[in-house]
Formats: sequence, structure tokens, C-alpha cells
Amino acid sequence: MATIHVDGKQYEVDGADNLLQACLNLGLDIPYFCWHPALGSVGACRQCAVKSYRDENDTQGRIVMSCMTPASNGTYISIGDEEAKDFRASVVEFLMTNHPHDCPVCEEGGHCHLQDMTVMTGHHSRSYRFEKRTHLNQDLGPFIGHEMNRCISCYRCVRYYKDYAGGDDLGVFGAAANVYFGRVEDGALESEFSGNLTEVCPTGVFTDKTHSERYTRKWDMQYAPSVCASCAVGCNVSPGERYGEIRRIENRYHGDLNGYFLCDRGRFGYGYTNLKDRPRQAQVNGQTVAGDVAVAAARTAINGAKKTIAIGSPRASVEANFALRELVGAANFHDGHATAEGALVQLALTIVRDGPVRASTITEIENADAVLVLGEDVTATAPRIALALRQAARGKGQALAAEKKVAEWQTIALADLLQRDSYPVFVASVDATRLDDIARDTVRAAPEDLARLGFAVAHALDASSPAVAGLDAQTAERAKTIADALAQAKRPLIVSGTGAGSAAVMQAAANIAWALNAKNADTGLVLTLPEANSYGLALLEPQPLAAALAALERGEADTLVVLENDLERRAPKAALDAALAKVKNLIVIDHTATPTTERAQVVLPAATVFEGDGTLINYEGRAQRHFQVFDPTYYDSKIGLVESWRWLANLEGESRWKILDDMTAAAATAVPALAGIVAAAPNAAFRIDGLKIAREPHRYSGRTAMRANQSVHEPRQPQDADTALNFSMEGYNGVGSLDRPSELLPYAWAPGWNSPQAWNKFQQEVGGNLRGGNPGKLLFAGGATRAYFGDVPAAFAPAGNAYRVLSLHLHFGGDELSSRAPPVRERALPAFVAIARADLAKTGANGHATVNIDGQSLRLPTRVSDTLPAGTIGLPAGFAGIPYLADGVVATVTGA
Amino acid sequence: MSLEQELLVRPLTARVNLAAPQDLRAYEASGGYVALRKALKELSPADVQSRVKDSNLRGRGGAGFPTGVKWGLVPMGADAGVKYLVCNADEMEPGTFKDRLLMEGAPHQLVEAMIVAAYAIGATTGYIFLRGEYVLAAERLNKALAEARAAGLLGKNILGTGWDYDCFVHTGAGRYICGEETALINSLEGRRANPRAKPPFPQIAGAWGRPTVVNNVESLCNIAPIIVNGADWFKGLSQGKSKDGGTKLYGVSGRARRTGVYELPIGTSAREILEEHGGGMKDGYRLKCWLPGGASTDFLMPEHLDLAMDFDTIAKAGSRMGTGLLTVVDHTQNMVSVVRNLEEFFARESCGWCTPCRDGLPWSVKMLRALEDRRGHADDLVELERLTRLLGPGRTFCAHAPGAMEPLQSALKFFRAEFEAGVSPTATRVDAVQDLAQTGVLDAKVA
Repeated sequence: MATIHVDGKQYEVDGADNLLQACLNLGLDIPYFCWHPALGSVGACRQCAVKSYRDENDTQGRIVMSCMTPASNGTYISIGDEEAKDFRASVVEFLMTNHPHDCPVCEEGGHCHLQDMTVMTGHHSRSYRFEKRTHLNQDLGPFIGHEMNRCISCYRCVRYYKDYAGGDDLGVFGAAANVYFGRVEDGALESEFSGNLTEVCPTGVFTDKTHSERYTRKWDMQYAPSVCASCAVGCNVSPGERYGEIRRIENRYHGDLNGYFLCDRGRFGYGYTNLKDRPRQAQVNGQTVAGDVAVAAARTAINGAKKTIAIGSPRASVEANFALRELVGAANFHDGHATAEGALVQLALTIVRDGPVRASTITEIENADAVLVLGEDVTATAPRIALALRQAARGKGQALAAEKKVAEWQTIALADLLQRDSYPVFVASVDATRLDDIARDTVRAAPEDLARLGFAVAHALDASSPAVAGLDAQTAERAKTIADALAQAKRPLIVSGTGAGSAAVMQAAANIAWALNAKNADTGLVLTLPEANSYGLALLEPQPLAAALAALERGEADTLVVLENDLERRAPKAALDAALAKVKNLIVIDHTATPTTERAQVVLPAATVFEGDGTLINYEGRAQRHFQVFDPTYYDSKIGLVESWRWLANLEGESRWKILDDMTAAAATAVPALAGIVAAAPNAAFRIDGLKIAREPHRYSGRTAMRANQSVHEPRQPQDADTALNFSMEGYNGVGSLDRPSELLPYAWAPGWNSPQAWNKFQQEVGGNLRGGNPGKLLFAGGATRAYFGDVPAAFAPAGNAYRVLSLHLHFGGDELSSRAPPVRERALPAFVAIARADLAKTGANGHATVNIDGQSLRLPTRVSDTLPAGTIGLPAGFAGIPYLADGVVATVTGA
Repeated sequence: MSLEQELLVRPLTARVNLAAPQDLRAYEASGGYVALRKALKELSPADVQSRVKDSNLRGRGGAGFPTGVKWGLVPMGADAGVKYLVCNADEMEPGTFKDRLLMEGAPHQLVEAMIVAAYAIGATTGYIFLRGEYVLAAERLNKALAEARAAGLLGKNILGTGWDYDCFVHTGAGRYICGEETALINSLEGRRANPRAKPPFPQIAGAWGRPTVVNNVESLCNIAPIIVNGADWFKGLSQGKSKDGGTKLYGVSGRARRTGVYELPIGTSAREILEEHGGGMKDGYRLKCWLPGGASTDFLMPEHLDLAMDFDTIAKAGSRMGTGLLTVVDHTQNMVSVVRNLEEFFARESCGWCTPCRDGLPWSVKMLRALEDRRGHADDLVELERLTRLLGPGRTFCAHAPGAMEPLQSALKFFRAEFEAGVSPTATRVDAVQDLAQTGVLDAKVA
């Protein structure tokens, strides 16, 4: 701690901070541009100037940049000093000599850090009378708009994109008053984290292009605290809605998880919810009917059934899955994962819930100092974790800085010290990954061989863990190198998951983490999962999907209820067709038109994650509540969307589940493993000063005209019985309670802070944990003892013309929901087959190949891979045109 | 005077031969590489450092920081690892051409100096960061380096001592800011030539994160003579004209009779430099004012000519000695034009990193251009004065903009009437847009 004196007042601060951080932590406002809590200090913009004094007797003082000055004990500064104030206003005046003042037509307007800071400095009119420099803009692809004339050259974009996110196709060009931030030529930004530019940029240079066509000012959108459903990380998001459409997704700060940053799939993949062809009204035998008619039809089908069984969903909420299980009984409730995948999810649960090492938070991942990624292409399967791993690699800069007594916020110095050095990251995977650029060593092998490497690493760390028989010398040497690096680390981390489709890979990863943990309690472990609520479903202990298909095919059950699931993505087509052919009544509850809804007799249109409330459990075992952003029926009374759990409550016919809290409590009571979910967020009775919390900013406008095309009478706003939030600007929306529960923060705003930098006001210290606690409730604790896994697989052996099919995971195009969003479709590659160069001649593939798999014949363009193991082919998992890929499936390949 | 005697009076330039610089043999015959042999065989690195410290040699790049003190900050010892010695030969200061003379006329002096200096700080590799336009210097330095390498003076196991060190010429791509040592280091690494944050200072973490010393060409060329002749000899070179020791390369550019570079005792008066060595002003031209050592120094007036040209004396007079090469302004030149020309240079050479420099300098240029064209506004003088404060020391990331403000602030002080004369009596803010269209400001290249 250090004592500093600011404008005559004495404060206790963390002496390791710089003065800007220290003052912001105290709630004192100093304007800034180039500084960012995640990007550190570089001293470029000169906006955060304050007056610094030698001691209490010094009246002269000198101007210093608060971001570049340590908050040392005995510091005397003034923020209010006239010379400092004049200088800060002058800096904005300098920036405005080139900024176009096009706020009325600028999409940044209303959540613009430059606007906020301009107002904060008090600058209002300038004497500059000459021309402004102008730039040409670039087409940066379907996600990001580019308007360089607005640029204030704070360098945040390149510092984020290149240094933080590891991108290499955005740079600084030119010099002097003609610096240009862009690409060498037009083209889509390649980083999977490009969307964060829209929030990192303090003005309107980089804006959300998906928002542009349906643009609405920040203050005119309705928000709810939400959770991204595009992977199992569970990043917190703030979706904005107007006129019944999701218009934009922005980051919602979470101190343990996403921090300030999201991935592009999560940010730009929301378009599926706005699709016109979604089922929005109930259907019975293809006819649109009222909801109660459909429910009655479904109930008749169930009552008349020989037996009704159900298939749950890893992308539906805990409440929805639980309600379904209640409807048909636990014995008839089946996993919505593919059979083998479901087993992997159960294995993951065993490892992180019942093993000694719990799953690491993202903050913990960022602090790791040696990493082994085993079998996972994290940038595709858990993207935000990949961004965190980049910070882990870079983290060595802080250690070097500490050696040289340089403060860790001195970003330039850190980079100068680090150069190309990094903490060791080893990436072992079936094919090249998007993290290879930070890897000290990469290993490419079939899943069996990845597992063998992993078991060998574990054995090198602890001889009592199973040894690998018949290991070749090169792999043994590699295992030793990796084991040494992990053993020497203070905070080693193992990352694996279900992506390789291999239990052995995950077991090997667990063995390594447990071997390390025996000597080092700071060992971290991450297992990625197939979908947003994989754990939520797994904790309900469903029967395997194969059992459902078998029961149907045998005729044991004749009625099937499917929850938010497209079964064609979960089972081989032949088996699925055989089972569904026997089904008398198929009842599907989903928000998206899929091949499964097409087969259904009854379709009950479900709310998406944006349209409903529910609980999701992420890879850490963190239960998080997502809240309904808007009520679609307000705009069109014909719309019959409700949450899946509400359909099921209606179907069940009893009245014990009236609101979300009833549903959540019922699940928590019935399933002890879910007991914690009640505490994931405050319940519907929560109030601040007796008020519910407003979803809309207090400046929200146009409400009375919103439905005027239908009727000039403004109806009452929708009422939300399920939560403590209001569908209105009425209710609590001030910041008098900065420490209100973070689960109930719909969007970032504080007086004078309209940009995403407003999050700083809600943190205990800037860039740290939220004052109201980081959202969610961790259900797993770790710490149990557990014996090593022992089944070391035999090495992979190519089998002539029968190629092992490996699932390749890609950031865009494989995820069921986001890949329906038009901008994501534009960014996704067409389906392909990857063939190892060694096998190219043998297959006869030449530009195209025919792949015969599970009785289906696919003609696909080929991609020759120098990294894929011989004897395997790679297919992009989940892509349109690629069938369900069972683990271990083989295919033959011929020239097209 | 024999060459030997001359070397005791003019150690830097006695050997200079622009037409045919000494090759290795001739250099050694005139006492070259004696310092190197002496240092490596008789002195420890600490001894070399202390001799240089004792000489109180002050950096000749312009800032005057004591070279020995700079070296003393480098971590020494067996486990200190890779260290770099970098010669700042990116001579881009307007009106400055002294280092070029040394490199083109006596390249072995610099090569030897860089070996001795490297020995003193334990550097493993040296780089001569050379201004790209100095093609001849590059050729001659590379030749000298090759000769030294072939003779076992550079490379592995130098002079059989077991010490390895090599040195390379790196030609710059042409940015003034590379004269700033941390920008130079970034450029050397292949990055944008932006200055770095200090601390850490380069001596602790410079090129590629390793301890690095950056010394000017002229500073380095003094090292060998100091080792051979001692610190007291060096101090005596100034002949009591300054409390600093050594000679200094002075020079004159502008409308003087004999523009050029002259090696004189440090502390020689500006009048002697201009009138005796530079031959005074050309016929028909009167001295109006002068820059003591480059574009980034304050103007001094004719009445300042009797000042001793050393770091402290010129600083006391409100300017900086800088590189010590005078630029004279004559009575026919309009100060607004002179300053506009300088500020255009500085605006163009800003690296674009920090706001006041990047956006403030072009603004100053535009106002100066308006005043030059007699389209100025009365407020422009106020604004220009304001800029000299807003772009002053501490306000900007490095010394570039503060340096740029020195000629502007002194010109405003000494020649205010010339600026006032540029104010158009009819100009108002309302005219601004019309102004733009009529005067070609819109087509201006700079900023």
C-alpha cells in the first residue's frame, strides 16, 4: 500500500499501480485514451496529464502522465490544477483538428469514449481553421466497419490486435499526422477476436458491421444480462434489442471469465435468432395453430402413447432439460449429445468435479506459466480460452519486468524485455491449430498417439502413473521435455477436452494435471466441452442417446419428445432414420428450423437464449443465469415463443412451476448436484430501493410510437414475473448501487461513462473483479482424491485404404446456431476434406475427392495438409454437408 | 607539424582524408590500433571505463551526457550475457555534417573506437546505425571493418586474447527520429522507429531486450586517443576555453564564406568559429541570428557570438549547443519562412506516437504558412505561443516536439514583429473556408 495525496486529500492505494489506475480505483475521474485496463500504459495520447509535486511545499509542480507514473508512497498530485486541466482540454483539441465531428451519423455516438472524454475535459470550441487530413477506408470483411477519418491514433487497435490477440493482419502504416491503422489491402480481418476492436477503439473507426444495417443508438436498445451460448466457456454478454430483433452483442464484463473480450463467433453469431424462417408459432402436422392447441395435441399424443421417451439438449437450459426429465421420468430421459460425446462429457465431469484439480478460470489461465494443450484446437472449441492462453505465453514479460524492477503496467517496456520469448506452450493436436504461433513445440498425431504422449508426460512426472508400453524414442524425449517444463513452472496448466473425441486423451490430460498437482497446488486444468450447457445436461444423468434410438427401433416406445436438438447432428443417419421411422408422434421443442423439426408432428416454438430465462453451466461448473432480453409477443401477438421449460410446464399440466424460480428450485431440489443453481443469480423478488431493474437505459426513446403501425394505443409494457428485471426504462437504472449483484447488470453505463469503459466503474479495482461479485455460482470444488486413469491405448496404425476420420474444429461454420447467422456464413469456409500429403497420391484426390462414410458418399474439395497424420483424413465437424462423424469412424477416399 | 603532433592537437581530424582515407596499414602506421592493443593487453574493461570517466568526455550527439557515466550503468560481470554497442551514425540533424566527415575521411578511427568501447562495456556485437544516404561512408566503413576482421582485430579471439566481438554497419531507412536512441534501437530491431518508454534505459534493456549503449560517432572517435594519451591530455585539449575537455567538431552552414567543419578546442567562441574559420558572412549579407547546433536549438542573436560554444555556456544563454554546427540566418531571410521551413521538417519527421507532437506540429505549420502568406489571424501568434508550451518538455513522449519548439519560441521572442506582419488586417475566422480554397493550403503536402 502507498499513501498518495490528490488535490489535498490523502488516500491509501496500491503502490504497484500507476497513478491513473490508482485514481480510477478511488473513483476519481481522469480522462484517458491509449491506456486500457487490459492493455496497460504506453503514454501515447497524453490525455491523462496531472500536476505532480515534489512534496507538500512544492507549489510549482510539473505536468506528468498519470498512466506512466507510479503511485509511489508520498506522491502529491493535482487533477484539478488549472495548467493540467488546460493541457487535457488541449489534447482533445489536438485530436479534434482531424476528427470529423460526425457524431450525428457515427455509429459510435452514444457509447463513444471520445465523446465521454471530450465532455470530461471540458473542451468545446477550437480555433483550428485549417483542413483535416482524410483517409481511404478499407473493407475489413462482414464483421467490422472501418472509418479511419475518425481515428485519434491512440494505437489501442494494433496493441490489442497484434500484441494481445496475436493477429498479424492489422498494422500501423505511415508516420507523423498520417498514421493509418488497417490492413495491407482490403479483406476480412483474420483474427477470431477481431470484434473486440469495436470496443477497444475509443471512437468510431472500428464499428460492428452486423449492427450497421439495423442500427440503433445504445440508449435506444433494451438489454439483459446474458450468457453466450456458442461454446461452454459461458462468456457474459449484453445483447441489445429493438423492434423485436437482436441488434448487437457487446461484452458484459466478468472478472473471472471473459474480462473485456469476446470471440467473433459469440459476438457476431447472434443472427440465427433474427431469422425469418424460425418457428415462431406452434405447428401440428404442418399447420400453424395456437399454442394451447399444440399443447393439447402433444398431451393427447403422450397420453395415448405406448411409451414416451425424451431426448434433452446440451444447448438448452438446465430448467428446460429438467422439466423434460420430469415429464417422461429419469429412466426415459436421454442425452442430447451424441452417444460417445455424452460419455466424454460424463468423463469430463468425473475429472473436474470428482478429481483433485478443478477447472481453471480464464484469469487463472492467463496467469499460467507453462501450458500443454492436448488434443484440442481451442480457438475453435473454446475460443476465449485461446485468447487467454496467448496472455499466459506473454506473461513472461511481467516476470522479466519484475527482475528489472519495471512496473507490470509498462507495456512497451514489457514487450521490449520479452522480445520473442514467452512462457512455454506445447500444442499437441490432430492437425495444425490457430495457437501454433505461440507454441514452443507442436505435435501432430492421431488421438491414440496424443493420449500416449500425454500418458508418457504424466509418467515422467510421477512414476506411479501408468507407463506407456512401446513408446518410440522421439515421443519419450518430447514427453520428458514437456514434463520438465511443466514441473519447473509455478502455475502449470493442462488444456484438453472433448474435441479430439477421445476418452484416452482426456484421461491422459487428467493424469498429467494430477501428477503435477501432487507437488504443486497451483496446477490448472481445463477441459473444453461440446456445447454451452453440456454439464447442465450431464448433471441430470441422462440415458445414452443410443438407448433412445434402440428403444424406438425396437418399438418399446412410440412417442418421442425432442428438446432443442437436431438429431441429425447427433447420430448416424441410418440409425436415426430407422428409429424415427417407428415413431408415432414426434414432438419437437426448438427455436430453430432443423431437419428434426421438419419431421415433427408437433412443433412448439421455443425462445432462444435471448428470448428466455434459464441457467447454463459452463466448463468450470459455473451456473450462470441468462435473462430474457425482450418479449417478442409485444411486437406481434401472433408470436407464440416461450421458453422450452414453460412449454414443458404447460405440457406437464400441473401448476407447480409458475415462474422461473419455481423451475430452478425444483431442479435444485430434485438433483443434489444442481443445488447451487438457485444461487446463480438473485431471484424474481430481488429489488433495489424497492424497484425492479430496468432493461432499458433511462434515455430510451420512441416507446409510445413503437407499435403505432399496429395501433395508436400503447399497450402496457410486458410484465416479467420471472425475474427482477423490467421490460422498461422504468425501474432502477442508476449507479447509486455500484455493488448491486453483477448478475443483474444489463449493460455498461455510469454517469459520464457511456462507452464500454463504464465497466471500470463497477469493478473493485479497474480490470479486476466486479464489486457485486463475479456472476454465477461455482458448483464444483475439486480437491477430491482420485486414482490415475490406466487405460493407455495402443498406437494408431494406418489401415490401408480405410482412413480414420478425424473431426476438425473450425471457429466459424461448425457451430449449429452461429453458422446460421449470415455474416458468420460469409466468413466460414465451404466444407472440405483434409488429406495428408503422404496419402495424396494413394487416394488419387486431385482438387476434389469422394469420401465414402457410413454408407454416404460425399464429393468435397480437398485441402492438402502437411500436418495431418498419414492414414487419417480430416472433416470439418458440424459443417453443412458433413454428416455426423462417429468417433473412430473410417472412410474410403477416391479421386472425384 | 607532423601527423603525430597534429594528432595531439586535432585527434579527430588529423587523419581525415576524404579523397583517400587511410587503409589499415596506413592507419596502424600513424598510431592506429595502439589504443586497442593497449586496452586489451594492459587494461581491464573497468580501467578503460574509468579512463573515459576521468576524461569527462561528454556525448557529442547533442545532449552532452558524460560517456563514462553512460557506460557505468551497464551490468558487468561474467554472467551479464549478450550486450550491444550501437554507434548512432544516423546524422539527420539539419545543418549537421560532422560525423560524415569522420566516417568518410577516417573510417578506421571509428572501427577501433567501437572495439575499445565494446571491450569496456563487454559488448558482444556492435552496430553502426548509419544514415541511409551516407553511401560512401557505408562503403568505407565496411571496407575498414573487413580489413580489421582479416587482421584479427575483429571477430573471434581478437588479438589472441580469447575475446570475441564483431561489428556491423546497418543503414537506416531515413527517419530523423532514429537519432533518438530508443527509436534507433526499435528501428535496428526492424520495428517502427517510435521512441521507447524509459525506464528501463537502454543500458539495462535496449536492443532485443539486452543491455545496450548508444554512442555518437564523434564521441566514440575520442575514445582511442583518450586511452593512448590519457584523461589529462584530453582535458587539456580545450585550452582552458571550457571546463569541458577535448576538441569539438564545429561547423557553419548558411550564407557564410567558408562553410564546413573545423576541429577546435571545445569552448571556442561562436565568433571565432564563424568569423575566423567560417570566414564570416558572405559579401552583402549581414548576420541576423543563428542556431548553435541544429534545427532543434533556440535561435541566438549576433550579440551572443562571443559566448563559448560549450554545453553549459550555451544552455545558460537560453539555447543548447546541440551538435555544435552553426546555422546562420542572414538579413534577407524572413523569420516566419525560416521557422516554417523548420517546423515542416519536424512535423513530417514526427513518429506519430503522441498527440501533441503528431497533431500540434502540423497545426503550427499551417499557421506559419498563413502568416508567411500574410493571411494570418491575430490569434495565430497567441496560438503559436500556446503551442510552444503545450509541446514543451514533459508534455510529449520524447524530446522531438520540445526540440521543434525551441526555434519557434526563440523566433517569436526575438522577431515578433515579423510574425505580426503576417497577420492580415481583414482576416477573420469567417474567411477561413475561403482561405483554404484560395491559397492552395488544401494541396499542401505536409501534414
